[in-house]
Amino acid sequence: MNKNYFSTRWGIISVGAIIGILAPILQKLGNPANMGICVACFERDIAGALGLHRAAPVQYLRPEIIGFVLGSLLAAYLFKEFRARAGSAPIVRFLLGFFAMIGALVFLGCPWRTLLRLAGGDGNAILGLLGLIFGVGIGTLFFKHGYSLGRSQPTYPVVGWILPLIMIGFLALRIIFPPVEGQEINGVLFYSLKGPGSMYAPLALSLFISVIIGFLAQRSRFCTMGAFRDLLLFRQTHLLSGVVALFVAAFIVNVVLGQFHPGFQNQPIAHTIGLWNFAGMALAGLAFALAGGCPGRQLFLAGEGDGDAAIFVLGMIIGAAFSHNFGLASSPQGIGPHGVAGVIIGLVVCFFIGFTMRSKTR
Amino acid sequence: MEKKIDVRGLSCPQPVLVVLQEIKTTDKGRLIVLVDNETAKENVIRAIESQGWRVGEVKWEGLDCQITIEKD
Repeated sequence: MNKNYFSTRWGIISVGAIIGILAPILQKLGNPANMGICVACFERDIAGALGLHRAAPVQYLRPEIIGFVLGSLLAAYLFKEFRARAGSAPIVRFLLGFFAMIGALVFLGCPWRTLLRLAGGDGNAILGLLGLIFGVGIGTLFFKHGYSLGRSQPTYPVVGWILPLIMIGFLALRIIFPPVEGQEINGVLFYSLKGPGSMYAPLALSLFISVIIGFLAQRSRFCTMGAFRDLLLFRQTHLLSGVVALFVAAFIVNVVLGQFHPGFQNQPIAHTIGLWNFAGMALAGLAFALAGGCPGRQLFLAGEGDGDAAIFVLGMIIGAAFSHNFGLASSPQGIGPHGVAGVIIGLVVCFFIGFTMRSKTR
Repeated sequence: MEKKIDVRGLSCPQPVLVVLQEIKTTDKGRLIVLVDNETAKENVIRAIESQGWRVGEVKWEGLDCQITIEKD
């Protein structure tokens, strides 16, 4: 039996710790505070860079998302795990990605950023984390009652290549139209002159670090949603140990780099409305659970050929565009004018999916 | 002929869920689990070992992997 070190307990712990070290370093290198890595925020910034929404402070074609997919693709090919597959209710996965993003942007972060915010001392993330666990917990109840999106089918390799190719296309755009000092547009790409979108690590470093993370995450199957799901569903702590390692490592690095600032008020790119921090992440957690992976994991799955995970990713990017166009996304000033409606509609949709998609023959 | 449990194409956590449900109703004996990716293979093995089952033969055939699991 070929043994994959990264799938062992120490493997997942080391991968969590490495991500926990690299994320705050990306902040030091220029990424926004408590946002060394945030899959939701970075996909939102990509939507902005492409002009799918026009929220001026959050427009940047984040290389980290590209690197995650390509790192996973590389690992999948090196270890002969690339499997093109698709066809497990793709339109439903699109919707789940769409509403996962709406929930995440009400809180202002994906599960990774939830941990990074906590590790940076942002107390508002406590309710976000509890909301995430609550949402994942509801998802496990659906699974216990037979919820299933159905089986995927093996398909042409090119189907698995579509998202990686889109990412290579994004990278080409970023190289052809780089940011220009003081300029909001270069060619087809939009850039932020202030706000989180204007803060970024150098392209090469972002790419290099994110390819490493994508590679390791593919090998270890690192998944923040799965961590809580497996604990609740199977009393299993394998994935959780990786998540704890990420948090502990990020906390230590933040203290060392002087990036740890405990408190609730004036936390970077965060608001203090506890109820909606909780509810936003509850929606996101439920949607991740129903789709079988946190946003990071969906990128890594897409990198190893999963066309359904790729659809989830596209759902998140389009969801981010709607979030800002419809006033659903929060800002440091508080929740958006229609954020509450967005979360409620999202929960209704997720419950509808959870109740109606049950396989009897399982 | 051992009973075959086919969890190919199912996304997480269903392969583990289906297998655990199956071994709950089986005190001992041998079962064959059919998976189609490494992740599901690792997850299923981790889960059944925690339930006192052990892994027998693991055999890849093309895109599919047959895991024989047993308990005395």
